[in-house]
Amino acid sequence: MNKTNLKANCTQHIDVAVIGGGPAGIAAAFSARREGAEAVVVFERDWEAGGILQQCIHPGFGLHAFGEELTGPEYAHRYLARAKDAGVEFSLNTMVFHMEPGRADEPVRFRTMNPEHGVRTVEAKSLVLAMGCRERPAGALGIPGARPAGVYTAGTAQRFVNMEGFMPGKQCVIMGTGDIGLIMARRMMLEGAKVEAVFEIMPWVSGLRRNIAQCLDDFGIPYYLEHSVCRLHGRERLEGVSVVRIGKDRKPIPGTERFIGCDTLLLAVGLIPENELSRMAGIEIHSVTGGPAVNDLLQTSRGNIFAAGNVVVVYDLVDFVSLEGERAGKNAARLAMGTFVPPARRLAVETDERIRVISPQYLTGAEDTTIYLRVAEPVEGRCRIFAEPGLFTQTLRYARPGEMNEITISASKLCALPADVTAVKIGLEVLS
Amino acid sequence: MRETRKFLCVSCPVGCALTVVLDGTNLLEVEGNVCARGVEYAKNEAVNPTRTFTSTVRVRGASLPVCPVRSRKPLPLREVFRVSREVAKLTLDAPLEIGQVIIEDVCGSGVDIVASRTLK
Repeated sequence: MNKTNLKANCTQHIDVAVIGGGPAGIAAAFSARREGAEAVVVFERDWEAGGILQQCIHPGFGLHAFGEELTGPEYAHRYLARAKDAGVEFSLNTMVFHMEPGRADEPVRFRTMNPEHGVRTVEAKSLVLAMGCRERPAGALGIPGARPAGVYTAGTAQRFVNMEGFMPGKQCVIMGTGDIGLIMARRMMLEGAKVEAVFEIMPWVSGLRRNIAQCLDDFGIPYYLEHSVCRLHGRERLEGVSVVRIGKDRKPIPGTERFIGCDTLLLAVGLIPENELSRMAGIEIHSVTGGPAVNDLLQTSRGNIFAAGNVVVVYDLVDFVSLEGERAGKNAARLAMGTFVPPARRLAVETDERIRVISPQYLTGAEDTTIYLRVAEPVEGRCRIFAEPGLFTQTLRYARPGEMNEITISASKLCALPADVTAVKIGLEVLS
Repeated sequence: MRETRKFLCVSCPVGCALTVVLDGTNLLEVEGNVCARGVEYAKNEAVNPTRTFTSTVRVRGASLPVCPVRSRKPLPLREVFRVSREVAKLTLDAPLEIGQVIIEDVCGSGVDIVASRTLK
């Protein structure tokens, strides 16, 4: 491929730009090169590619993509090898800080900053947004008390322990049952800290059940549903937290507060797609997912910008992020090469009240596709998930918000729908 | 003596809730699994639960101060703290290659601890 050689301050012209060097971006770039695009560049702000995988040293990755259970760094290593062999160029230590608004029929222009080149403008025929997500921070919870040291998001603590070699504390409480919090409970125990308990404000667990089993139960760590941290104690350093029971009305129950001594509070209370650049690019952001609204080709409302992975919707498994990344990269490559066939149809995906998160939000019928969704509340019993009219039906043993569901839609069935059908309805029916 | 126990299979992210009927350590019935790995998991879990162990080791002269490591295969759950203390004793010199053996036959478990990334 052409090395994109250039001097400072001139414009870098490339075919496919990928913003973000995590699993979605690596897969997108690999797939774009495999499809035949020439200059494919991944812009990554960290000093190495791999994204969050590099700090996820636990196993559980790759069962779908590689047919074996890998740790995060191993998964990143294998996918990076594929991308590098395919001729993907990585621009590391490079921050994309500005996106120009524009039309789908003109190149995407954005600006990057890098310690060697300084500020540079890049012009790409097509672009894949793969910035991932970030954690809901402490400030978003508004817990009363001083602001002592010792309060971290679980992912920050994970980076400290697994990459920077620091222990954030010795006695730990975890707020939220997100997967990273559960994984960190085990990690802190193995590194010699004591984990007092995990608290969850909702009446159900938000992470995967297997992480309750292998991260909490294995280590005798208790967890409490419908509980929340309501006060931080300590001025310089955290000395403890107060927790309170939460009622059915989702409000604290007065008189149920109790004190738990700890020097560290880890927060695992949700992930938010990171979309400042998407908004600057002027593309439509979906109100529920918080990510770009996309069709089944992972095309956003600006036709030459695609998006994949946790920047679109937060997935449970990296394997699915990689699959979606490959889909976005393939279509971005076709658009850059002029072989992209504009979709003939556009059907909106509508959901009933039992479904909360769904991606993609539009269907074209260009290829068989997978729709990813989460239910709004757990259904502990047989239920039927369906896509109408007559596209998909499947009986499930249960459906839980913490475990994403997938449904497949066949392109031929979709294309056979009468022209006056403009929407596909996805819903869940409780059977027993 | 027949007894019924409940396990949650951790072989993959599906996380099947298994109901297992045992006679001593003899597996009579497994219910709730969607694949064959569930049966294998239940058998192990009844006799000798095993888990893949992961942690980090200290490294000198690399771009990061610690390198992630894993047990090449699952090892007995009851050994994980002993293994963790063994791993914590080490300080290695860079470079490390992914897959490189860090500790052979850790704590007599028959399982090697290997590097799970390349670190220079």
